[in-house]
Amino acid sequence: MPAEAPLLITEKAKGALVIVARDPAALRLGLAPGLTLAEARARVADPAVAEADPAADAALLERIADWCDRYTPLVALDGADALMLDLTGVAHLFGGEAALLEDCLRRLNAFGISARGAIAGSADAARALARARPGTIVPSGGEALAVRDLPVALIGLDAARSLALVRAGLKTIGDLIDRPHAPLAARFGAECVDRIAGLTGLVHHPISPRRLVPVALAERIFFEPVSRTEDIEATLAGLAADVAVLLEKRGEGGRRFEAVFYRVDGFVRRIAVATSRPSRDAKALIRLFREKLDALSDPLEAGFGFDLVRLGTFATEPFVETATSLDGRARDEDALTDLVDRLGARFGPEHVLRFVPEDTHIPERRARAVPVLAAPAARWPEDLVAGEPPLRPLSLFNPPEPIEALAEVPDGPPLRFRWRRVLHRVARAEGPERIAPEWWRMSDDTLDRDYYRVEDQEGRRFWLYREGLYGQEAASPRWYLHGLFA
Amino acid sequence: MAAIERAGDGTRPLAGRRLPVDHGAVDTALGGGLAAGVLHEILPAAVADSAAAGGFALALSLCLAPAERPLVWIRAAASVRESGELHPDGLAALGLDPARLILVRLGDAAAILRAGVEVARCAALGAVIIEIYGDPKALDLTSERRLMLAAEQSGVSVILLRPGAKAAPGGAETRWRLASGPTRPLPMNAPGRPAFDLTLLRHRHGPPGGPWRLEWNRDAKRFEPLHFATETIRSDPDALPRVQPAAPAAGRALWRHAG
Repeated sequence: MPAEAPLLITEKAKGALVIVARDPAALRLGLAPGLTLAEARARVADPAVAEADPAADAALLERIADWCDRYTPLVALDGADALMLDLTGVAHLFGGEAALLEDCLRRLNAFGISARGAIAGSADAARALARARPGTIVPSGGEALAVRDLPVALIGLDAARSLALVRAGLKTIGDLIDRPHAPLAARFGAECVDRIAGLTGLVHHPISPRRLVPVALAERIFFEPVSRTEDIEATLAGLAADVAVLLEKRGEGGRRFEAVFYRVDGFVRRIAVATSRPSRDAKALIRLFREKLDALSDPLEAGFGFDLVRLGTFATEPFVETATSLDGRARDEDALTDLVDRLGARFGPEHVLRFVPEDTHIPERRARAVPVLAAPAARWPEDLVAGEPPLRPLSLFNPPEPIEALAEVPDGPPLRFRWRRVLHRVARAEGPERIAPEWWRMSDDTLDRDYYRVEDQEGRRFWLYREGLYGQEAASPRWYLHGLFA
Repeated sequence: MAAIERAGDGTRPLAGRRLPVDHGAVDTALGGGLAAGVLHEILPAAVADSAAAGGFALALSLCLAPAERPLVWIRAAASVRESGELHPDGLAALGLDPARLILVRLGDAAAILRAGVEVARCAALGAVIIEIYGDPKALDLTSERRLMLAAEQSGVSVILLRPGAKAAPGGAETRWRLASGPTRPLPMNAPGRPAFDLTLLRHRHGPPGGPWRLEWNRDAKRFEPLHFATETIRSDPDALPRVQPAAPAAGRALWRHAG
């Protein structure tokens, strides 16, 4: 008798709790998925029960997928409980396919995850074999033979069609392979034939990797995990130099770099920095990573150490070697991009902004603040008249703030207005300047605005507008404060 | 060779140099102009003067920054709620090409000060405006000294703009109190060029001074003295902006159409 109570994972289905997964102890007692919890309780006294948490399962699978990045950059999620790794050209780095599979499963086991795996020349064959005959490694071209005696359920059709295949007397995949394909397609759908072709390696169904494959990549594997900050920085410096050499060979510079730290306990941490110009300057890169590591709200926990550190670059662009000019202008520009990059690394690129003009006359849409990293400096239209006072406010409220205003005549400038509970008496005013909504954005509730530049008796200057034309668009127009002048 | 030397001149740190503000009383009180490459502090007289103080800080930066060098303005998201987001057209209207400005928007005072020191160290900049609301703990004598030191090393002028501030740590070269001043009206009683009432509260190398009233001339990029005499124009509190004001701007043909 097992000492511990069997563990059952349940899910609510049609008002009853149904077992969806169970541990080996429960398996030995014959508690299979699909059984209701009530029935399981009748058979076994006091099973341990937990409710299924698909979100946590998915998160765990994502973390395992992250960890699997150490074997190949091409890792895809496969259903809710499987991962697909494309090992093309990487197996020899780990001592062959058998050694790789063994290493992967052994490490996952050490993390407390029971995993099964198989390696085959096609994704479909590997998927079927991992479930039916874990540990199989199919020699190149042997897929058709390897999958012959697997049950048809494993070709991955829906339950109804799988049952139909069995009822038709087609029990194994081999039975399907031997049949002419045209009748199969006619009876069970073209999908069925396509799956068979995939299983036998005639057709390759591509996997969709979770992450981009880096353009240039360098890594360090440690037999003795590193954990000290200095060691980590030294490692990064070495990797940056390696990546710089790779980029130089390509004649390119990177715009986005990502360092990946694989902790011995399976935790993977990714840290990315971006540069405003293509770069392959190892020193500048290290400075950026140092900023970023310094500013992390959840610091890089080394724990028992990292056994693999990797540095990759993603977006690359042709690198233009700038001649060192003597007038210092280029040097200034370098200093500036360097500053922007460092601020971006520390605070996030979305906090370092510049204004980009938009082709509209609606004040609040005149410009967008975009990350300096993302946009080059744009030319601003110059339409200032010498001697004119500022006609636009220094700051703008978005949305405009409603005010109570009193005007002498309904379509004149305000005499007094109340903003944020303070009464302002208008001493000077100019207007109206009418700004109409753009007709292509017009809806029934967009109204013309009549803007006034006003100065109150304390000498403070405001930009107010009245919404709606008096007597035409609105019976009693509303007033807003849109901006403040210097 | 001569060209190189000339060009080199422009990039030399401006620390220690004094730049004219109004070519008048203010410059005299400062001992020949406002020092570049140091920390200046501007305290709006009231929270309602924040926008005017921002404009004044910007105008001062334009006086202090070498032409075409970029400006950095660091402010908190809270400042945006209080006094609105900077408007590029308004920046241009005060004489700053919006393409010259880098806006850094951060969460709290500690981050702003940290970024401020980082930015102030970059000698490629023209000037830095650091806007901090109220009296956060992070802003103390040490952090002001740190800013001052960074400014002195790089030659970049740093202007600390402090709306809603009460206490003043006192690490800055100068400290100003600033209020929005009534403008010299244009014809039809339209508000004129921006005017500022300023008082020099503290000057490290001289006595305090003021008050002065200055008008910002965007086209010449300098301040011009404005006499308090303009007060007389707005003697009647309920004056309506409907007719030609009593004393139009002398010697200026600034005819504007209202409407």
